[in-house]
Amino acid sequence: MYAYDEFDRAFLAERVDEFRDQVVRRLSGALTEDEFKPLRLMNGVYLQLHAYMLRIAIPYGTLNADQLRRMAHVARTYDRGYGHFTTRQNIQFNWIKLEELPEAMAALAEVGVHGIQTSGNCIRNVTTDQWSGATPEECDDPRIWAEILRQYSTLHPEFTYLPRKFKIAITAAAHDRAATKVHDVGLRLHRNAQGELGFEVLVGGGLGRTPFVGKSIRPFLPVRDLLSYIEAIMRVYNQYGRRDNIYKARIKILVHEIGAEAFAKAVEAEWEAIRGGALHLTDEMIAEIRGRFIYPAFQALEDDPAELVEALKDARFATWYRNSVHKHKVPGHSIVTISLKPVGAPPGDATADQMDVVADLADDYGFGEIRVGHEQNLCLPNIAQKDLPELWRRLDAAGLATPNVNLVNDIIACPGLDYCALANARAIPVAQEIAKRFSDLDRARGIGRLHINISGCINACGHHHVGHIGILGVEKNGQEFYQITLGGRADEHAQLGTLLGPAVSYEQVPGLIEDVVDTYMELRAGPHELFIDTVARLGVEPFKERVYAAH
Amino acid sequence: MAAPQQQKLKVNGPVAVTANRLTDGAVVWRTSGEGWSVDLAEAAIVTTADDAIALLAAAQKRDLDAVGAYVAPVVIEADGSVKPGNLRERIRVAGPTFELPH
Repeated sequence: MYAYDEFDRAFLAERVDEFRDQVVRRLSGALTEDEFKPLRLMNGVYLQLHAYMLRIAIPYGTLNADQLRRMAHVARTYDRGYGHFTTRQNIQFNWIKLEELPEAMAALAEVGVHGIQTSGNCIRNVTTDQWSGATPEECDDPRIWAEILRQYSTLHPEFTYLPRKFKIAITAAAHDRAATKVHDVGLRLHRNAQGELGFEVLVGGGLGRTPFVGKSIRPFLPVRDLLSYIEAIMRVYNQYGRRDNIYKARIKILVHEIGAEAFAKAVEAEWEAIRGGALHLTDEMIAEIRGRFIYPAFQALEDDPAELVEALKDARFATWYRNSVHKHKVPGHSIVTISLKPVGAPPGDATADQMDVVADLADDYGFGEIRVGHEQNLCLPNIAQKDLPELWRRLDAAGLATPNVNLVNDIIACPGLDYCALANARAIPVAQEIAKRFSDLDRARGIGRLHINISGCINACGHHHVGHIGILGVEKNGQEFYQITLGGRADEHAQLGTLLGPAVSYEQVPGLIEDVVDTYMELRAGPHELFIDTVARLGVEPFKERVYAAH
Repeated sequence: MAAPQQQKLKVNGPVAVTANRLTDGAVVWRTSGEGWSVDLAEAAIVTTADDAIALLAAAQKRDLDAVGAYVAPVVIEADGSVKPGNLRERIRVAGPTFELPH
């Protein structure tokens, strides 16, 4: 965990006082709504269909137990007893009253949590791999670099009024769990032939109404140059990005219009002028940030302890273990994913009681550390294998041990028309109905890894373009319709899905998805060929023929 | 998708003016008494674009009670009761269409 200092705490306290005053002035009429709206948005406060929504940043998806407990407290005291984890590793409270928001924010600020950089045309909360610091796959802990970017970008005056919002994601593992190729800037941390750490820099990725996979503009950027190079990118974007049309204002449009080569050339020219300046990261600066990450004092343990071997005789435990437990870099330890997708429940939601349970489990077994993944699940990154059986029993008792991680009913869904003022169609009930079709988890396991992503509008908060099966809600003559795409993926082989055919009605979606999956089961080369690989091998046509013949 | 406030006004039947209450964001409806009510039954209903524009303009004069006002379709049932005119407004009135976590 990163340890905040007195400066951070004082800054947040001042920020809450400032917002409290702004709310008082708004409620008294001293501020108009036009004056107040940008101020509330800079603190993560949106006005949705039925209520205000508070979006809280979880920097690089890392939380401690006290922070999660405080979120449970906010959910219980100021909201309706639950929170929603989002595809950007944030949490949203959907029912907060404006007059109570300063109190809720003050409670969160006491544990170092806030809504800054969760809204507005600024550099948003930097995201990364939820397994950071724990997975043996990584070459370094990407959170070090995310934290450097956080400190650099927070309230940066030059980048507070960008043409549009700006999202950065970092991965340090070969398998990309952070969807870096569909971010405004994606950073792939790796070592060069000399063993030095650096980033491959991708720009212009993104989803929304004009989706693009990011283009690589630099194969290797030494880590000490991270800030100067990012600043060069931001300056080129700030100077040339369009401000006349909100739909053409993201950096992806600029990169597409002038071409990645010309964009890279402009960045390199800008960078040459600033690379040796104040933004050059010295070893001392990096060491100071690195030193603020306090890693668990792991015990010297062996893999596969007797407690685990014995527990694996229990079929239910063994099923959960195979699905939700992953290899850790330290022997005798594991990474545990907690599914927030119990069949039929709103994806990504956790009740205040469940948050408290996870916080207690993190304290009891996981060095007090919790992660949030962009797949809208939680993670306990540092669990001793000997503790897995007891951890599972307590998760199971709290309804948090559904063994469906990465399966067909581990569905990513935006809030959709049930909450969101921008949505055209519902997403959560569609996810619930599809999940119920595959409620037999033996069947889901037989299907294998399959990511379904649902968005309630073209803004694509549910990342539907990069779902193995993507579902996009649209509105036609006052009715909800859904476009289906196949073959998208968000990992290191990121690509956008291909449209399957005409949009179908709300009622038709679950049956159509079931037909798509059944078609895959018939067409796959064998049990080891994943859905995404069958689509890659055959294209969407065989699916289209089968599915639309039935509908 | 543009929010209703950003869309061109179309009046093809009965409409009302709706907004969110400033203090808590609750859905409110403009009444004929130039106030706001959380009860759609108390909403002022108009059927022409000119009347809708006038109702909206009056609602927007003061932004201390309700914010984000716009014109929304409603349906008048045979018994005279007023219902929301589309799915978005039905959800705003009745809440999410699934059971909330508890």
